[in-house]
Amino acid sequence: MNIINLLTQGVLLGGYYALVACGLSLMFGVMRIINLAHGDFAVLGAFLAWTVSDAADISPFLALVAVLPIMAVFGWLVQRGMLERSLRAGMLVPLLSTFGLAIVVENLLFEAYGADTRSLAPMIGDLSFGSWAITDQFNIGYLAALIFALAVLLLGGLSLFLKHTPLGRAIRATAEDADTAELVGINSRAVYGIAAGISVATVALAGTLLAMRATFDPYSGPMQLIFAFESVVIGGIGSLWGTLLGGIILGMAQSIGAQFDPRWFLLTGHLVFLAILAARLLAGQVGARGGLRTSLGIDA
Amino acid sequence: MSLLTLDRLDVRHGLLKAVREVSCDIADGEILALVGANGAGKSTLLRAIAGAHLPAAGRIVFDGVDVTTMRAHNRVALGIALVPEGRRLFTTMTVEENLAVACASGRPGRWSIDTVMTLFPMLRARRKARAGNLSGGERQAVAIGRALVTNPRLILLDEVSLGLAPLVVEGLYRSLHSLFEGGATLVLVEQDLNRVLGVASRVVCMLEGRIVLDGRAGELTRDQIIKAYFGLRRGSGRDDKVQGQP
Amino acid sequence: MSGRSDVAVERWTRASIVSGFVVAVVIVGLTLVPLAAGANVIDKLTTLFVYIILAAMWNALAGYAGLVSVGQQAFFGIGAYFAIQFSVHGVPAYPSLVLGAVAGAALAAPISYFMLRLHGGEFSIGMWVVAEALHLMVNQDKLVQGETGTSMIALNAYSHAERLAYNYWLALGTMVVLLGAVFVLLRSPLGASVQAIRDDEDAAASLGVRVLAAKRTIFILAAFGCAMAGVVWLSTSVTFQPKTNFGVQWTAYMILMALVGGLGTFEGPILGAVIFFIVQDQLGETGVWYLAGLGAAAILFALFLPRGLWGEIEGRFGIRLMPVGYRLRLHDVVTAPKGD
Repeated sequence: MNIINLLTQGVLLGGYYALVACGLSLMFGVMRIINLAHGDFAVLGAFLAWTVSDAADISPFLALVAVLPIMAVFGWLVQRGMLERSLRAGMLVPLLSTFGLAIVVENLLFEAYGADTRSLAPMIGDLSFGSWAITDQFNIGYLAALIFALAVLLLGGLSLFLKHTPLGRAIRATAEDADTAELVGINSRAVYGIAAGISVATVALAGTLLAMRATFDPYSGPMQLIFAFESVVIGGIGSLWGTLLGGIILGMAQSIGAQFDPRWFLLTGHLVFLAILAARLLAGQVGARGGLRTSLGIDA
Repeated sequence: MSLLTLDRLDVRHGLLKAVREVSCDIADGEILALVGANGAGKSTLLRAIAGAHLPAAGRIVFDGVDVTTMRAHNRVALGIALVPEGRRLFTTMTVEENLAVACASGRPGRWSIDTVMTLFPMLRARRKARAGNLSGGERQAVAIGRALVTNPRLILLDEVSLGLAPLVVEGLYRSLHSLFEGGATLVLVEQDLNRVLGVASRVVCMLEGRIVLDGRAGELTRDQIIKAYFGLRRGSGRDDKVQGQP
Repeated sequence: MSGRSDVAVERWTRASIVSGFVVAVVIVGLTLVPLAAGANVIDKLTTLFVYIILAAMWNALAGYAGLVSVGQQAFFGIGAYFAIQFSVHGVPAYPSLVLGAVAGAALAAPISYFMLRLHGGEFSIGMWVVAEALHLMVNQDKLVQGETGTSMIALNAYSHAERLAYNYWLALGTMVVLLGAVFVLLRSPLGASVQAIRDDEDAAASLGVRVLAAKRTIFILAAFGCAMAGVVWLSTSVTFQPKTNFGVQWTAYMILMALVGGLGTFEGPILGAVIFFIVQDQLGETGVWYLAGLGAAAILFALFLPRGLWGEIEGRFGIRLMPVGYRLRLHDVVTAPKGD
């Protein structure tokens, strides 16, 4: 039974990772930009949720109603103000500018909120620690299940959105060939802005949920970026669901590692990631170049 | 008033001047054949008109509006549509999606996904097929259809016969017949002189970025066109613009 | 075609010959510093040399091979770790340091085998993961005791003054050797390959440039350089704390120095390191606003001045101090007569 418990925790954790990852994957799939500040945006979202919850004395879930639109607009602004310029400047510039942005965000957060680790758990009451006891040794936490459900809903929603709506089609067309998309009437810059807005809003949601299930501080960002990246590369298969699978594998690897020694939680995840990466490269899939793009189903 | 006016247009392709001092007026309803050897600047000119390339100098005026620096998607809304060289379909999307994505420009008119399918009946069966899986002729049909669906006033066709079997090209041109007869304004870039001279009302020949021949199709001899094409009138001045002799 | 057309391909201009001479003098001068200067100066110069090494190595990776690594701290840390291991097992202090760096470089070879098949941002984050993984693995070692860290005790056998001088010479020597290696590299056929790769990888490959081999050479060189920088840092601080040595702030510094100085130029990273050193020295204690300012500087330079300061100077004035490129000198060219 312990094994099942272990694996279940891993799967549920995977739901969280998929949430963090889908924004990264979206941005890369559409714009070919890897946003090194992605994890920091998650943390920014968490701090914003904390501030709104605290100030208005409302549940963080309610705070999301404000946080998500604000973060979406923020993402749009970052895209139009900064990333757009980077797009045409070659490969180095987006990486360098987003790295700089990450440092700015982290340190401004530190300046505003100090070094203390925080958590949103106290603000959601029972949800943070309650669970369904399936058996003596097998629990499913309410929050973990909720996060997983949200992940599935979001990925499903995003999939349907991309496949069946005019805006979704415009995004897919722009992702494949921005120049030609312009030639058939699509405003590619607006599309990029929207994609960035969606990306940052989803990662802000993920950050808020992270804050509920764990603690966070101004420097928690990079770790989230790494988890997101690892999930996408592990999953690598041709759809957003690949990211979920990747997140699940990562979560399970970490959980299993932690069983042997709590200090091995992170390390096991990294090692499994590196092993899968190596295996994929050896199997002749030229570079994990496909890794991020295929996970969006843009490059089938 | 002319539908499209090009005024001393200079377009660069990297460091190369691909289009030099091109001036031209295209009237409503004209079918203009744009011919010339490879590298003459024809594609670059079409792309500049469509907005994919910003000119280094000169003006483009469409229907009274100066569109020289206007972004491409806004030009589509005004009524310019380009069928790009090499088709450039969205290969991961279906035929229907390729057409649907172009409908977003929202211009009113007789072209819709349905009417395009009527024009190219073979596409009806392939509606749900991924564009990447289509044959050459089918792809060209989708590319043309994608431009039509924006209900343009000016259609720019860049080498629609490129890489296609003669029979397929024949079929395409037959389908386009209604376009030709229907009073649309077209600029056709074609390697196949015979084919394009059969439908055009006007011929413009480019050489090394400049217009070296510009006249009514009926008034120019094949010989004149071929000489301009290869630049065989050089020596007494390259910039000879030969007008059709009465 | 008639007419004499002479185009001479030169490597050394008058300016660069003078610079070469100046450089030699400077190196000799620097070597003599510990004999005359006070402890503070020696220490600061040592730090400056470490910055120059790091900037030059990151520039070699990104500016020449097009590899944006956000994980060079992996080598900065692992070199120091290996050095401590050697020392604990009886190897004398300073040889341990060098061996540690060599071991770090040796580790780079298998890492490169996989990492170099990644491109762009995937390579960047991939290297970061490698750094994190190495960090965590080092933490497992009982010697290191997690984030508590340990010290290189063998260094205490030397007096403070001795250690200061030896560290200085180690840093200076490493810097000269590494800058020399980069210089030689750039002038060699490999150098031309590498710059071709940076400009257009596919085109370079189609011309027969052995892209992977060139990248691997630079990758291992950069690993060695960062590892040496790491062991020098260890020798100055004596303590080894995983969080410090494996911290991503080293990459942040490297990026900033190389970017501000001038990516893809030889002199750029040196300029960037000097500027960074001065700024860090004056403002380093001011806390988060300073760090946020560094980040903002990175953004501004990346967006508006991507060639960096030296790149701009080079571009505008055509000055190149060190002869790493080629210059065409056109002698009188007589044009061919017109007509067929």
